[in-house]
Amino acid sequence: MSRLTLSPNIQGADDFYANLLAAHEGLTKAQSDALNARLILILANHIGDRAVLDAAIDAAKSAGPKP
Amino acid sequence: MNKIFETPLYPYARSVDQQTAEPAAHKVVIIGAGPVGLAMAVDLKQQGIDSIILDDNDKVSFGSRAICFAKRTLEIADRLGFGDPLVEKGVVWNLGKVFFDDRKVYEFNLLPEDGHKRPAFINLQQYYFEEYLVNRARALNIDIRGRSRVSAVEPHDSHVDLTVETPDGPYHIAADWVIACDGAGSPTRSMMGLDFVGRVFEDNFLIADVTMDAEFPTERWFWFDPPFNRGQSALLHKQPDGVWRIDLQLGWDIDKEEEKKPENVIPRLKAMLGDDVAFELEWVSIYTFQCRRMEKFRHGRVLFAGDSAHQVSPFGARGANSGLQDVDNLGWKLAHVIHGTAPETLLDTYDVERIHGADENILNSSRSTDFITPKSETSRIFRDAVLDLSEHHPFARPLVNSGRLSMPCSYDASGLNGVDALTGAPHRSRPGSPCPDAPFMDGYFLSNLGGKFVVVGLNTDVPDQLDIDGVRVKGLHVDTAHYPLMAERYLGAVAAGVYLIRPDQHVTARWSEFDQAAVVAAVKTALGAAV
Repeated sequence: MSRLTLSPNIQGADDFYANLLAAHEGLTKAQSDALNARLILILANHIGDRAVLDAAIDAAKSAGPKP
Repeated sequence: MNKIFETPLYPYARSVDQQTAEPAAHKVVIIGAGPVGLAMAVDLKQQGIDSIILDDNDKVSFGSRAICFAKRTLEIADRLGFGDPLVEKGVVWNLGKVFFDDRKVYEFNLLPEDGHKRPAFINLQQYYFEEYLVNRARALNIDIRGRSRVSAVEPHDSHVDLTVETPDGPYHIAADWVIACDGAGSPTRSMMGLDFVGRVFEDNFLIADVTMDAEFPTERWFWFDPPFNRGQSALLHKQPDGVWRIDLQLGWDIDKEEEKKPENVIPRLKAMLGDDVAFELEWVSIYTFQCRRMEKFRHGRVLFAGDSAHQVSPFGARGANSGLQDVDNLGWKLAHVIHGTAPETLLDTYDVERIHGADENILNSSRSTDFITPKSETSRIFRDAVLDLSEHHPFARPLVNSGRLSMPCSYDASGLNGVDALTGAPHRSRPGSPCPDAPFMDGYFLSNLGGKFVVVGLNTDVPDQLDIDGVRVKGLHVDTAHYPLMAERYLGAVAAGVYLIRPDQHVTARWSEFDQAAVVAAVKTALGAAV
């Protein structure tokens, strides 16, 4: 079983980040939220492995400020 | 309005019990003549146990109510002897369409697996289901007492005292066993002061049954956020007799009495169906729903089955269908306890196995409800994202949840299961699972099972019959050379095997060859013997 990759793994990270922001350019908050949701679902399906997805949800939850 | 609602199906008649000074003794009293209570009486009768059914009404239930009957329910109905009229009358559908906003996002075909006697689902009004069951009960001389309301339930260690109110006044019954099949609002449950906890969903749904001469195909159509019902959902489903079921979600803050009035319902339906479709309203109801269950289904000599024990949202057709699985599970167990061939503790496994089933149904129907009615802004954003993606990408379609249609549950962790000693055999027919059907002899495999224990030898010999401390086990030989789907569904990669099957057609153990001592032990385990 594969594990969640949390070390740097994107080649050309700055370009990816710029593309991500560009995709949101000119969108309303609602449109951006919808785009993000679609993107999360597409990426989740690509990963597929439930253990990796669960680990990603945990990693995302624990990295934010305490609610 | 259909006259089936007007005619008493089991009119009140004075019974001999009303003339005696002493309480009348009965082995089993079933409270409630709905689908579950009627089926319960039929199941027990087929296993040699007499019961009486008491109901405060004397007619079929009003309106179409439960309309989707799943394959497993049809198989149980076959075992109980009323499957054919259901399937002859019912509407079979396979194609479903999902709409979002003003467009169709995708369609799906249930594509039922080949080689089963019964289809995945039929649509049929509940009143027909009840009518056919009453016919079956009548053929078996089952005593159904209409307008006989149970007004007091007093459980004791040895029996249960019941008070029954009739048009001629009250009388008393002393029952060995009581099965409460009196619905979600179960008066029996209330009289016994028992809990019924769970989650209430803050939503209202309008159900309308309409008759129309329209060209809608026999398909299930589900709308998320359609122009004719903004921000809500809608469902269109076909029933027999040209009746269509329409479900419209209305939201929480509504005036139910106002919304039910034809002058408010008709414009909603016109907006949905189009101005040029002529239709007539047959039945309108507004419902809210809950997902909840009792903590225990067995309370000494009182057992709860169907909606009285557990309630789910209608999405997924898990109400009546799970009630019939309760019957399937309880019938043979209670019969063995009454016949003295199993200890009373066998009834505790009804609790364990059907609570497992109820929890599975509650989980599934809660998830459907959360998808259909998102509870937060974020859940709505994800819901809409799934629907938008589903129009373009197949991966998102399994995430669309407009109801996960009822499937029978497997009793995987049940203490009644024996060993799984047939390495390489299919997972689907593991101990605990309901037997998959397949063509066999000049019909189907399931028709050869049910009501008693069966030991099946696939490509290997088993005795024609076994007698285990008064319990008869039927032997059945299957040569899979003639029945390839039997091999596929029961043997998989192995050449031969032996299955022990419970009276409710669930697998209880399997081996590579017949070993009498092992089979005897497994039958005893399945009958709740302490191991």
